[in-house]
Amino acid sequence: MTPGTVVQGNEDRSAAAGIEMDEVGPIIEKHRKQRGGLIAILGDIQARYGYLPEPALRMVSGQLGHPLEEIYGVATFYRSFSLAPRGKHHVCACLGTACHVRGAQRIVDELERKLGIQAGQTTPDGEFSLETVNCLGACALGPVVVADGHYHSKVRKSGVGDLLERAAQGGGSAEANGAPAFVLNACCPRCQSRLEESGHLIENHPAIRLDAACRGRHGWIRLSSVYGSRQIASEFPIPAGSVVEFQCPHCHIALPISSRCWECDAPVASLQIAGGGKWNLCCRRGCPQHLLEIS
Amino acid sequence: MISLTINGIPIEVEPGTTLLEAANYLGIAIPTLCHHEGLSPYGACRLCLVEIGVRPRTRLVSSCSYPAEPGLRVRTGSERVLRARRMVIELLLATCPQSKVIQDLASAHGIRQQRFRQEHEDCILCGLCVRVCAEQMMAGAIGFRSRGQGRTIGTPFDKRSEVCRLCGACMYVCPACQLRCTFSEPDKAICGGCANIPAPCVSSGQHDDLMCYMNPCAACEIAKT
Repeated sequence: MTPGTVVQGNEDRSAAAGIEMDEVGPIIEKHRKQRGGLIAILGDIQARYGYLPEPALRMVSGQLGHPLEEIYGVATFYRSFSLAPRGKHHVCACLGTACHVRGAQRIVDELERKLGIQAGQTTPDGEFSLETVNCLGACALGPVVVADGHYHSKVRKSGVGDLLERAAQGGGSAEANGAPAFVLNACCPRCQSRLEESGHLIENHPAIRLDAACRGRHGWIRLSSVYGSRQIASEFPIPAGSVVEFQCPHCHIALPISSRCWECDAPVASLQIAGGGKWNLCCRRGCPQHLLEIS
Repeated sequence: MISLTINGIPIEVEPGTTLLEAANYLGIAIPTLCHHEGLSPYGACRLCLVEIGVRPRTRLVSSCSYPAEPGLRVRTGSERVLRARRMVIELLLATCPQSKVIQDLASAHGIRQQRFRQEHEDCILCGLCVRVCAEQMMAGAIGFRSRGQGRTIGTPFDKRSEVCRLCGACMYVCPACQLRCTFSEPDKAICGGCANIPAPCVSSGQHDDLMCYMNPCAACEIAKT
């Protein structure tokens, strides 16, 4: 077999699978200048296609000028990268120490029994793929199961069937996805005043009220207090992509900026959450980046 | 120039020289497995361990990757070093007993037992083939894949690599597959054949099909004088 035929074979296969590689180029361009951009590139490709297609890795190798072997080594090293297509619904169970002592293994066994597959496999109908991870960093909420990006905390064996059923139905908001929604009780990091308003509900939970300033306009903004939800209500329309300045409505001091968003480089404001910890959220409208730091 | 002492012998070396190079300059032999001239230091096999520092606060470092420091005191043959080195060889024997290179090391260091669960791997993950492919052949056809227990060496997607020129350099440098120990029985970790059988040159007729690997061969040395 000559090298030429190998390449030909790959192109044929990707074409047969109907995968368009048009979006790989812009992803590579976006992260090319960053140091350690390879992980970001692979992460974005994985987010776009659900896995790392072989032609995409060949493209990354060609454009970055690294041998394919190096890219492949990185892609196989990290558990969050997958080289095979995953199921439509991705279920990820935490087997970290804290989740383990709270019976995560039983949850995994139950998931395996219900789905009829082993961890790391995909159901033959391509609906579900099951994986285990060693820690999701939400140890206080264990055992944790992530279904399609939604975190289910304190999962019980009896609730596994329910969880899978709701994951199969999809459902946009965290609340619709079954298990109890993870509601944040936010307060101002300066004056410690509580920010939720019981009079205004977003997704059936009290909204978090802040003052917002954007493009010369000022007014109130209400954020959903359900973690993972991105629903907001505001006094004036905030166009997607614009950066908002947040203020505490009680002490009228701008929320402290903890860092820059690694996704879009906008400021990341932080709120304090009751029970200890910080809730960092990107100030750009439409940017999905938010992060919980529990202390 | 950096001055240090190796086994009590003072020596001055250029900055950036590794302890292994300095010791070799003095003629002090340090066994190595994953080290190869012309390839970047890797420090994977830990065979070249030496003891640095002043007692009682000494530590073991791999000499192939440790750069010489001013005033460093290095011991290459202390009891601690030899004990650690014997353990390393035992672990290598547990992984890959059919390797002639490892069996020779075991014979040379007087290893008489192997106390770990016996495996029969084809690879000790020393990374020599990966480095020779990337650094000398400028190809980068093979590399490490996956991690931990599942770590293997091979081509991406297990397909024939387009950049591989079939030069064979990876097999040439491999300590595990270049020479097979022909004597060892599958259930016995330690061959010891070369150390225990009288050299073929002295007991001619008995072992016609046996190659002599003795280096230096005692019989030949005696015959020379």
